[in-house]
Amino acid sequence: MSTQALSTNIAETFAPMSARRLLIFGGIALVAGGMLFGDIFAVFVLHQNGGQTGQALLAASAAARAGDPLAVKEIFQRVGGLLEDRGTKVDAHVHMTDAGYLALLLALVQPYVALPPRRRKLLAGLFVIGGLCLPVGIFLIHYIGMAYSPFAVIGWASVLADSAGALLIFVLFAEAYGIWKFLQRAGSGEEAALPTDRTWERRTLMSGGALLILLGFAYGAWYAGVDLYQHEARETEILKNMLDAAAGGNGGTVVEVASYGSLAAERAVKIAAHSHIIEFGLLAMLLSFIQPYVGLSDRWKRRWVMVLLAGSVILPVFVLLELNLGLVAGGIADVGGLLVIVALIGMLVGVLRYSGRLDAGSGVTV
Amino acid sequence: MSTGRKVLLIGGLVLALLGMLYGLHYAVFVEHQTLDRMGGSLAQAFVHAAERNAAEAHNALNSYAATKYDYVRQVDIHSHWIGLAMLLMVLGVVFDGVAFNERARIWIAVALVTGSFIFPLGVILQTVSRGGNFASALAIVGSAIVTIALGAVVWGFARSANSS
Repeated sequence: MSTQALSTNIAETFAPMSARRLLIFGGIALVAGGMLFGDIFAVFVLHQNGGQTGQALLAASAAARAGDPLAVKEIFQRVGGLLEDRGTKVDAHVHMTDAGYLALLLALVQPYVALPPRRRKLLAGLFVIGGLCLPVGIFLIHYIGMAYSPFAVIGWASVLADSAGALLIFVLFAEAYGIWKFLQRAGSGEEAALPTDRTWERRTLMSGGALLILLGFAYGAWYAGVDLYQHEARETEILKNMLDAAAGGNGGTVVEVASYGSLAAERAVKIAAHSHIIEFGLLAMLLSFIQPYVGLSDRWKRRWVMVLLAGSVILPVFVLLELNLGLVAGGIADVGGLLVIVALIGMLVGVLRYSGRLDAGSGVTV
Repeated sequence: MSTGRKVLLIGGLVLALLGMLYGLHYAVFVEHQTLDRMGGSLAQAFVHAAERNAAEAHNALNSYAATKYDYVRQVDIHSHWIGLAMLLMVLGVVFDGVAFNERARIWIAVALVTGSFIFPLGVILQTVSRGGNFASALAIVGSAIVTIALGAVVWGFARSANSS
């Protein structure tokens, strides 16, 4: 049972069906949805897709060695399909999660947006719709392709994704205009400022998040300085060896394809570790702001904070360890992702409980 | 609202818009063509190998490597600008909790915005002059500025926690 008393001041900052409430619900749902999709993708698609791509590359080498250009072309069409399948799923995951982060951010800056409440609410609704349609459009690109498209290279799914992206840009422009108006008026927003309490949960999420981001920055700098150019050179070298062997009608491409596969895996896990640790850091910082709206007991609030931070460390660390420990580390990384999702859903339930009690207390009926 | 917060919130919003506009332009006018070219070059390299034409196979492979070099950096600028913009806006909301004087806070905010802008800019300029020192230097300096400024923010938060 919750022990948290309903503060009138906090209640003012979380009015029923307000832009902030819509953005917080929509933002957490988008982040949780994007992460769940990413976890499902990692478990059921990623490795299988990588294996199929390696097999196709091996078949292409064999066809080239046999002097069969037609077969090479057919195999590469299959490779293109596999890469598109993988790429669009990664993009759908990233864009849904990032749209959620931006929604949470917009919830934070609402006190500085000098627009009428109805307009802010409309903008919030449009942002959540755009944030949902963008990844759905990206996901569908692989399945809809160019069917019934009047354009040369862009299909209907891309049109949906691009239109949703344009909608998000429009909302951001409108919010920027609202902030500009706020600054012109020397600070008179329509929405109450956020609560400024300094609870254990808020401080832990804020400092833990900042630390994760710093670690991610340091690792990214290391990757860019040490690995990036080396990986690019290695890829070209491996492909060159593969082509030379095929053109000379020689064997030995199995080893090269295996090297290509390990290089792709090494690159993927290093980039994933860098991006995930930063994204989780940012998420922790964003969630620190909504802690006053999580209607759970202090004990449960702290539990979810610890679960979230634990998952935020486990996932990127074990993604990196996949290079040494293989699928066991991959499985642990997936569990890390699941911990973050569970913590997010726990917090979302807390926010729903809080808003329910708030609305019941004020007699709001929806 | 303090000047530091204004700098971070406006800088973050402008950077997010810039990143999104770049992403939209890239998705509509560049990405599909680039991916087609990249896949086409690699396929062509293997077709030439099947035709026992090693020289053409190498040319096609070089074209694939060049296109991929550009593609990686073009996607990076989009994600880094938006990611850094979100960080700027989050910091903008809590910036008054950074326990330094106003002047130092303004400098930190300006450093964060400047670094966040020039780091990805340096990355994309690498596609204009490949191997050019200026673009790489810009990316390195930009990322160093952001990292140091973020370190200063964390330090400021720690000072604030100790003093309260």
